[in-house]
Amino acid sequence: MSARTLYHKLWDAHVIAEVDPAGDPRAALIHVDRHLLHECSTHQSFASLRASHRGVHRPETHLAVPDHAVATQEDRLTRPADGAAGSQVAELARNAADFDIPFISLADPRQGIVHVIGPELGFTLPGITLACGDSHTSTHGAFGALAFGIGASDCATVLATNAIVQRRADTLKVELRGLPGRCVGAKDIALALIAAYGAGFAAGHAVEFTGEAVLRMSMAARMTLCNMAIEAGARIGLIAPDDVTLEYLRGRPMAPSGALFEQAAAYWLSLRSDPCAVYDREVSLDLAGLEPMVTWGTNPQDAVPISGLVPQPPAEIEAARQHGKTLAAMGLAPGQSLVGLPIDVVFIGSCTNGRIEDLREAAAAAAGRKVAPGVRAMVVPGSMAVRRQAEAEGLDGIFRDAGFEWRMAGCSMCVAMNEDRLAPGERCAATSNRNFEGRQGRGGRTHLVSPAMAAAAAVAGCLVDVRHAESAR
Amino acid sequence: MNVFNTLTAPVLMLRENRIDTDVIFPARFLLLMQRDGLGEYFCRDRRRDAQGSFVANAIDDAAVQGAGILLAGKDFGCGSSREQAVWTILDFGITCVIAESFGEIFAANCVRNGVLPIVLDAAAIDRLETAARCGGLTIDLVGSTISWGGPDAGSIPFPIAANDRERLLNGWDETAMITCRWQKDIIRFETAQRRACPWLYEESCL
Ligand code: SF4
Repeated sequence: MSARTLYHKLWDAHVIAEVDPAGDPRAALIHVDRHLLHECSTHQSFASLRASHRGVHRPETHLAVPDHAVATQEDRLTRPADGAAGSQVAELARNAADFDIPFISLADPRQGIVHVIGPELGFTLPGITLACGDSHTSTHGAFGALAFGIGASDCATVLATNAIVQRRADTLKVELRGLPGRCVGAKDIALALIAAYGAGFAAGHAVEFTGEAVLRMSMAARMTLCNMAIEAGARIGLIAPDDVTLEYLRGRPMAPSGALFEQAAAYWLSLRSDPCAVYDREVSLDLAGLEPMVTWGTNPQDAVPISGLVPQPPAEIEAARQHGKTLAAMGLAPGQSLVGLPIDVVFIGSCTNGRIEDLREAAAAAAGRKVAPGVRAMVVPGSMAVRRQAEAEGLDGIFRDAGFEWRMAGCSMCVAMNEDRLAPGERCAATSNRNFEGRQGRGGRTHLVSPAMAAAAAVAGCLVDVRHAESAR
Repeated sequence: MNVFNTLTAPVLMLRENRIDTDVIFPARFLLLMQRDGLGEYFCRDRRRDAQGSFVANAIDDAAVQGAGILLAGKDFGCGSSREQAVWTILDFGITCVIAESFGEIFAANCVRNGVLPIVLDAAAIDRLETAARCGGLTIDLVGSTISWGGPDAGSIPFPIAANDRERLLNGWDETAMITCRWQKDIIRFETAQRRACPWLYEESCL
């Protein structure tokens, strides 16, 4: 067989049937091995199953958990649940029970954001196809899984059949050259990449991240990178499984164990692009000299190095008009420095940066310091397991002493569906993935940064370069 | 699902780049659990102030009342996978979106709901915009053309994947199509997969 990329190997291994070889040769029915569900994108899927009197093909291949709209205050199990959010969670529980789907409740120690708990439990494995009614499903590609977001209609199809019609994507290789410096991590790399090539540059492609920096990354950092692939327009991000992947998975509750693990591992390590495989496109990013990044606008591509300035309007009239609108929404002026920009809120969490490694990084920048007066800062672990691990390491103490709120797991202010949201005009340094208009609350202003940068901003009361904030101690 | 065949309708212009699904359907309304009647939330925060009163805006402009076709810019529907973004435009009355490019999941969701997503370059959309200002556009999915009347009457072809075209023309339900056509193949696939990757079928791994 001719040389294939990782994407092609995963694709070929899951094709059940071709759909229309003559008319649409890229379309195929592919098998979906695993499916994650959360409370916000699935009622309509279950409603349509009921309406068409269909059952769930293999209930055990799905896993449901509430994360998007749940409260994250420490007393959330005893306080009365907010009406609409509460009924969504109850509805998910009912649907899971009716269709025999494994369900993780809010009180379950395994609860957390779908994209954090999938890997944590070993539900996410290399070589599988994994779907979820959520665009950041690309996160799981960090394991060498074909993972992609789908809509509610597709969720119903996957529940009923474990299959879905997809069109094979083009492949795009992103080569990271060199190694990043101190305090520059996967989040900065993702933002720099999208800023360099434009949001949407990877549309229609499955992106594979390669290079020495990727090999040296922890699974957490790899997940951050693949998580942000969707912000580059790609539905799929991929990293080939290696020893780091195997070590992460060994002993996870839902991962295979013993001889079966070794059998699986041998297969997983074969999941890499052949040396002479040809990609449809290739781009690269030089990591030497990369600075911590920060966004100034309402799209992740609006990112500059922290030492940078808010850009001048572009020459083209229509683009200049949009630039003006963006700056008005953000309350910024062209040429303004980002360092020193006062902030009101700091949000550390989300499926992009809510893992233990992220919290360690944030805690290091906050240790022994205080959140600046007037700043509301919160740390929302990506899962209850992350929260327990952080507590075991004493990170909660560091955060609490500094004046951060220490929360329970959930999406929280990444999507502002619970009561954690920005008031109009409030400015937030956030470790999440989207600075879209109104994403963190109507009229809110979001600056995307890494966990270390967010913690440094909380302490300084304004955007700062964490590298200088650290050396100033 | 609705069948899409031909459509003649007024056109709503929203030719901005990167109108994401958070703009099209703000996240806080995801707490609503229905899929019908979501039209009033379409681009809600562009159309109403915080108190819920209408503000002057392009979407509610009287001139485009009854729009069935939307002209957009690049990356329309990028961001979140929420299918509400399609249900809201559908309930608003739009069944065809023409853009320079789409968020991939949004475009897939369109086809699942009888909404036709068409990709054209900026020059072609400019032409449609000019034509639409003098009346509506007619979309013919059978012939894959967009045409307009008036003094400068004309028509242009548009590209569409064969599989999506069939699905829209027939109003196929995806799940029904898969179960009718491939039920046996799915079982055959799973039997082979169980042999090749037994860990995926281990009880402890599920
Ligand atoms: S943390 Fe944010 S991006 Fe991630 S799943 Fe939750 S809402 Fe979506």
